Amino acid sequence: MPLLTAAAQIDPFVPQLYKVAHVRRELSDVVTLEIKPSQGSRPSYAPGQFNMLYAFGIGEIAISISGDGTDSTGFVHTVRDVGAVSRAIAALDIGATLGVRGPFGTEWPVTAAEGSDILIIAGGLGLAPLRPAITHVLANRARYGRVAILFGCRHPEDILFHDQLAAWRGRLDIAVEVTVDHADSNWHGHVGVVPALIPRVSFSPHDTVALVCGPEIMMRFTANALRDAGVASNQIYLSMERNMKCAIGLCGHCQFGPTFVCKDGPVMRFDRIERLLTLREI
Amino acid sequence: MAGLEHILREHAFFAACPEDQIALVAGCARNHRFDPGQYLFREGDPANEFFLIRHGKVALEIAAPAQSPIVISTLGEGEIVGASWLLPPYRWTSDARAVELVRAVGIDAACLRGKCEADHHLGYEMMKRFAPILVKRLNATRLQILNVYGKR
Ligand SMILES: Cc1cc2nc3c(=O)[nH]c(=O)nc-3n(C[C@H](O)[C@H](O)[C@H](O)COP(=O)(O)OP(=O)(O)OC[C@H]3O[C@@H](n4cnc5c(N)ncnc54)[C@H](O)[C@@H]3O)c2cc1C
Ligand code: FES
Repeated sequence: MPLLTAAAQIDPFVPQLYKVAHVRRELSDVVTLEIKPSQGSRPSYAPGQFNMLYAFGIGEIAISISGDGTDSTGFVHTVRDVGAVSRAIAALDIGATLGVRGPFGTEWPVTAAEGSDILIIAGGLGLAPLRPAITHVLANRARYGRVAILFGCRHPEDILFHDQLAAWRGRLDIAVEVTVDHADSNWHGHVGVVPALIPRVSFSPHDTVALVCGPEIMMRFTANALRDAGVASNQIYLSMERNMKCAIGLCGHCQFGPTFVCKDGPVMRFDRIERLLTLREI
Repeated sequence: MAGLEHILREHAFFAACPEDQIALVAGCARNHRFDPGQYLFREGDPANEFFLIRHGKVALEIAAPAQSPIVISTLGEGEIVGASWLLPPYRWTSDARAVELVRAVGIDAACLRGKCEADHHLGYEMMKRFAPILVKRLNATRLQILNVYGKR
């Protein structure tokens, strides 16, 4: 079910003003911004949801909420500079103002997954939309069976949230595996694609929920590998991306087959979209 | 030999393999230990043994001039290292280096090829076990070279 917050329900087209409270450079082209409302408190959100961030005079883009649970007064967003709007947002300094609409969209099924093993599989920047889900699972660790976080990216220097991954790995009650596509012999971790990590962690395939986020091709390969490992398609969730405008299911910009990614997604069940993922021109 | 048979039976590569075939393969097997940095094999050398990893991590590498070797993939517990022993000219096409302490079982390639020729049931069983691994690795390599994490 899509969640509309109180603010968005009042007028989902009107951006609320937020100020940048903290900036952290993650990678050469990725920053994490902590933003706080100029007035009042921020609406609540669920792991997996996104906001529309508006860089004044430039444009508005969908960016997932990437907070790690310590962001009770504002939102945390991790933005990669790929074009005009994301570059403007990634360049904001502390104190700068931006517009925010949201949160919008469906959530990771962290409550429904209670009692099951949980596999969290991220590729590249896909770790950002999963971070709120990871934080939730770790804060409620006793409610889940085995927990594994599998992360893949291109090079060792592209590892997002490096320190946090290391801290998670230091816990004795979850498995964390990191792999890179390309490395030289100075890297001592795994080399290979993220689906290859699946057989390296233990889980009960018939009682596992998998949350997957990353580039679409990576998600397709990963979902297929999960299925090969015995995880049912209706237990696999992917976070989809399509260009967005209204973010509330009106304009059709984000159409994905019969669904709209902004309101039926971004988090979608694999069995419901599997066929669409291999169709051309969608 | 009984010890090696037991190790092979426990290894993921031989999951649900008939006992008589495990006994045949065990006749070609021996234990290995590789210290970190030690090479299991080098590119161009005869592929006269392949390895089932019991513990540790192995990097498959291509040496490159004036830079550190490029790692193609890493393999770990329950996986096999080496396919070049299957096809002529039986020469390794990459280096394989122990990243950490590695314990492995080596299978003598000439010995196993001979047994597979003599017993086609065994040969077919081996092919059925190798082919899915090779296909999976080919698919993984495709994903790896797509550079999916780059900007579109
Ligand atoms: C639900 C949802 C959640 C998202 N969450 C995040 C997030 O947390 N962090 C984040 O940085 N981005 C996220 N995105 C992607 C983000 O919305 C786009 O990167 C952004 O719209 C690009 O706009 P632009 O004007 O900066 O670039 P454009 O001018 O639109 O594009 C510039 C270039 O970048 C390419 N490009 C566009 N989008 C992407 C992409 N997603 N990945 C790689 N290349 C791309 C384009 O093909 C083009 O070549 C999300 C998208 C959706 C739909
Ligand atoms: S962005 Fe308008 S319908 Fe989804």
